[in-house]
Order: sequence, then C-alpha cells, then structure tokens
Amino acid sequence: MSDARAQAKVEDLNELGQHIELKRPDCVLSWDVTGGELTVNVAPANLAGFIEFLKVDTACKFSSLVDITAVDYPGRDKRFDVVYHFLSMYQNHRIRLRVKVREDEMVASITDVHPSANWFEREVFDMFGLIFKGHPDLRRILTDYGFRGYPLRKDFPTSGYTEVRYDEVQKRVVYEPISLVQEYRQFDFMSPWEGAQYILPGDDKADGKAKEKAK
Amino acid sequence: MMDGDIRTNTYDDGSTDAATGEQQIRNFNINFGPQHPAAHGVLRLVLELDGEVVERCDPHIGLLHRGTEKLMESRTYLQNLPYFDRLDYVSPMNQEHAWCLAIEKLTGTVVPRRASLIRVLFCEIGRVLNHLMNVTTQAMDVGALTPPVWGFEEREQLMVFSERACGARLHAAYFRPGGVHQDLPAGLIEDIEAWADQFMTKFMVDVDGLLTENRIFKQRNVDIGIINEQDILDWGFSGVMARGSGLAWDLRRAQPYECYDEFEFQIPVGKNGDCYDRYLCRMEEMRQSVSIIRQAIVKLREPDGQGPIMARGKLTPPTRGEMKTSMEALIHHFKLYTEGFHVPAGETYACVEAPKGEFGVFLVADGSNKPYRAKIRAPGFLHLQAMDFMATKHQLADVAAIIGSLDVVFGEIDR
Repeated sequence: MSDARAQAKVEDLNELGQHIELKRPDCVLSWDVTGGELTVNVAPANLAGFIEFLKVDTACKFSSLVDITAVDYPGRDKRFDVVYHFLSMYQNHRIRLRVKVREDEMVASITDVHPSANWFEREVFDMFGLIFKGHPDLRRILTDYGFRGYPLRKDFPTSGYTEVRYDEVQKRVVYEPISLVQEYRQFDFMSPWEGAQYILPGDDKADGKAKEKAK
Repeated sequence: MMDGDIRTNTYDDGSTDAATGEQQIRNFNINFGPQHPAAHGVLRLVLELDGEVVERCDPHIGLLHRGTEKLMESRTYLQNLPYFDRLDYVSPMNQEHAWCLAIEKLTGTVVPRRASLIRVLFCEIGRVLNHLMNVTTQAMDVGALTPPVWGFEEREQLMVFSERACGARLHAAYFRPGGVHQDLPAGLIEDIEAWADQFMTKFMVDVDGLLTENRIFKQRNVDIGIINEQDILDWGFSGVMARGSGLAWDLRRAQPYECYDEFEFQIPVGKNGDCYDRYLCRMEEMRQSVSIIRQAIVKLREPDGQGPIMARGKLTPPTRGEMKTSMEALIHHFKLYTEGFHVPAGETYACVEAPKGEFGVFLVADGSNKPYRAKIRAPGFLHLQAMDFMATKHQLADVAAIIGSLDVVFGEIDR
C-alpha cells in the first residue's frame, strides 16, 4: 500500500475513534490507532449495548463479527483481555475492542447482537474458563468430552495432565495421568550477562564462598 | 424440546397429529460422521430427523484439535510457521502468508518485489488447489465419481510445482517472514505457464461440460442452502460464502495486501446464494486465479521482477556464501535458527483472502522470540457454525450438499 493511502486510512480511523468516543463516552475507556489498526478499550458494563451501537451507527456499521478471543496475563489483577474484532464490509474498516476482566468476572454474551459469537464464546470458555452471561449453550467445543482445565491459560502445562492410549486387555481407550520420559524442553535464550533474573547452577555455591571470604 | 420428546406437528389447516396412548413416535437422532466420507474429515453431526427432514443439527468439532495455539506459545516465530501448513492442508501456503504478514507488520519489514510476486503466484496456485478439491469432492458428495479423479490429477501437477519450488508437496514452509525461502528453480515458471494453458483449454472445459449443466448435479444443488445478505452479516461469512450471495467482498480488492493492487482480476458473484451459485463462483475464481498466475509470470520475467527474494536483516538468514566466509554472518545464522528473531511488543491482526474466506492471525508479541498469544481465525469455523441454521428443514441428503458447498477442512476449524 502506498504511504499516502496508509496516511489517509490512519486519519479516517482517528476520526472514527473520536466519533465513537463522543457518542458513547460511558463505554469507551480509551482508544488508539497503532499500525493502522483502531483499538478501543471498553468498559465491561454495557458491552452488548456498545456493540449494538457499533453495528447500527451509520458511520461505524460494523456489521460482521470477525473474531472473539482472550489473552491471559496471570500477573495482572484483571487477568484476562477479551478481544473482539469487527469488520464493516460497507465502510471497509476494522475495529478491535479490548475488555479487561477479572478471573471471577462474567462477560456479557453478544449472541443476541451477533449470532456468530456463539461458537467464539464457547471457544473462549473452553480455552480460558471465562463465563459468558446470557449465552444459550455454553458447552466446551474443541477439547475432548469430559476434559478438565482451561488449556490456553498460562498456568496450564503444554503437555496437559492426561494421556490416552488403547488398552489391549480392556479393549478400550483408557485415560491415564501423563508420564513424560524426558522433561519438556523449554529453552531459555536469555544470555546470563544480559540481565537474567535467576542464579545459574553452581553460582549459588560460588556466591556463598565469596561471601564467606568477604567475612 | 429434548431429544426423546414426542413432537406434535400442527398443520396449515389447523389439525394436529392424532396421538393414541400407545403411540410412541419420536424424532430420530443420528450421528453423521465422524467416519462419513461426505463429512470432509472428522466432523460429527448430531442430526435430529423428523422423517427425512432435519429438525436440528449440532456439529461436534474438535476431533482434530491439536492445540496449535498453545504449542505456538512455546516456540519461536520461525518454528511456528510450519504449523500454518497444517491448518488448512488443502491450500497450505495461503495460511503461511497470514503469519508472515503479521510478523512483517509488527517488525516493519518490506518484502522485496520478486518475493512478493512469487507469493502472489503461489497464493493463486493454492486457490486453484483448494477449489479443485472442493468443486470436485462436492460433486462426489452428490453422486459423481469422475470429477474428483480428474481434479486430483491436476492437483498432483500443482503439488509438483510446489515441490520444485520448496521441496515439499504439501507442507511447504516456503513463505518466510521477509520473503520466500528460496528462489524459483530454472524452468519452473515456463512449466507453470504451460500447465495454465492446458488447464484452461482442457480441464476447465471438461469439468464445466460434466457438471455445470448436469441434471443430477443441478437437482442436488440448485436452491439448496440459500443464504441472503443479512445471513452473511449475522453469521460472519466471508470468501465464496459471501460472494455466492451477491456481496462482492474480496480482501484482495477491498483491503489489498502484498501486491494484489497491481493485478487485474474480476470478482465473480452469485445471484441466488445457493449451493449451485457457490459452485459457479468457485469455477470462475479458478479461471481468475489462472489469469493472475499468468500476470505474475509475466511480471516475474520483467527486469524489476528480478532481484533478491528475502529482505536483508535480522529476520532472514544470510546467504550460504556469506555464511561460509563471514564470522558475523555465521553467528547470525546460528542465532536465527536457535534463538530466533525478536518481534517488538505490540498487537496486530493480519488477514488474507484464503480460498475459503478471510483467514486471519491475531498476534500479541511481548518483545521476546516467541509469540505471547496467537489466535488463528479460520473462515471454516464460522461457516460450519451456521450449519444448524442452514441445514434445518432441509432433507437429510441435502446435508451432504451443504457441507460440500461450505468448504470445510478440519485442520483449520479444530486447530
């Protein structure tokens, strides 16, 4: 894309962001345009109403839901970001909404506004354990029947907790606690002289001796 | 109403089903798949049937769930690239494209012109690959056996082109952040051109003659699974599912990426939004793709189509010769393939017009060598979601036709 067109696009998005903030000051916490993409931080209180507004407002006309997902930040008080993407096929622009929620907080379902949110919300529930209030059928979607835990949370191990195999004696598939023949490999590429925050194996002894000598 | 309940139908003259005390009529529930050949992979549909009419359709997905998004969080950006081949394995390179675009957007990398043209060339080959598979297997779902046999013959030739370019028929890992992995070998574009000629004059004419006016094919597809403009918006359809109902929405035209804005192509749209119109759209898109392939070949031969195929910098490996002679290049090569490159912190959503619709990647980078979170937005996920809406009140036999025209591949739906 040429620079002039990219510039014009950013200006359009800035205008759109101002328009949305002006119309719905109670919902919009903040907004910014980064890398040619409009991101709006939204208060969870009246989320469905705000998305309805985005859908019907003539300047926005965000008629298609593109995606709903979540991002886990375990260190934060409001642990999850729920991220919505919308597209307007009429105005040819996109928007991203970000809602910060606590782990025990419920998010309002938007299936009444966008029926296509149904499976996306089920997926977020399946993967992160967030509950959507007012969802017609909040079942797990991608994981196994009877699965426990929420795999995309950062504290869920990549290997999971159970494994399945076919048992020749019982003539059926059995679930067992996972046994790893070797430790899961998580390489650390942080070089020790660039501010790694841990003590290398062996250094703890050296450090102790050094301290003793200093005494 | 629960599964086992007895349904009492009301008819247009006001009468209802007479029920005697001992009468035990209830709707029949069947499993369609996961081992059904018309389920296009591992789809399990729980269908509630009233006679032959579908009353409810509940797709159970996830039987091919491999946890791609979770795995991606513990691998470097470059190691994550091959996962994208394994999403929609019918047109692998289109998926890689979205991942490369997302990384390039965050790092601000500019792709050299030759690499850009090669990407367009192989994206369109991917589109033909996908539509060949879909059109012909859709014909198989409604009873024709010959088209898939012919279609796979053509797919085989296209996969040989893919093999000659990158060494793999299917799981290419050819598009890399910053360009493409290798330059095209000598003679490849000539062969692609020769293939394009015989494809248009022979294969497309043959399949067209076999299917388009075929009485059985039309009986099974015309007026089946009709969707209108409002349905497209409600269910978030994209790609052929939107175009088949008259919305001329194509990301290649509406939000051009790569160098699609300098190519000339038409966007075919349907009028009725039924399975047959979607078939016609796919046929026409194949013709348009071949036209883009030809334009790309012409541009690749021009003087400004020559040059490097990768942006120089931290994202891409040094050339072999450089690596053998320069210590810095050797270190860079080693670090790139062990630690990988770092992507500046930020969020982005990059999408491409994949053959099935809008395929997007939402990437959250935290400045390290691994993505903090990557969400894959697959078009088939939304299309399959509307299955209940589309199949309800259709005959059981139409379910196969509707699934065929939805163009679902479970690699991308289940992820």
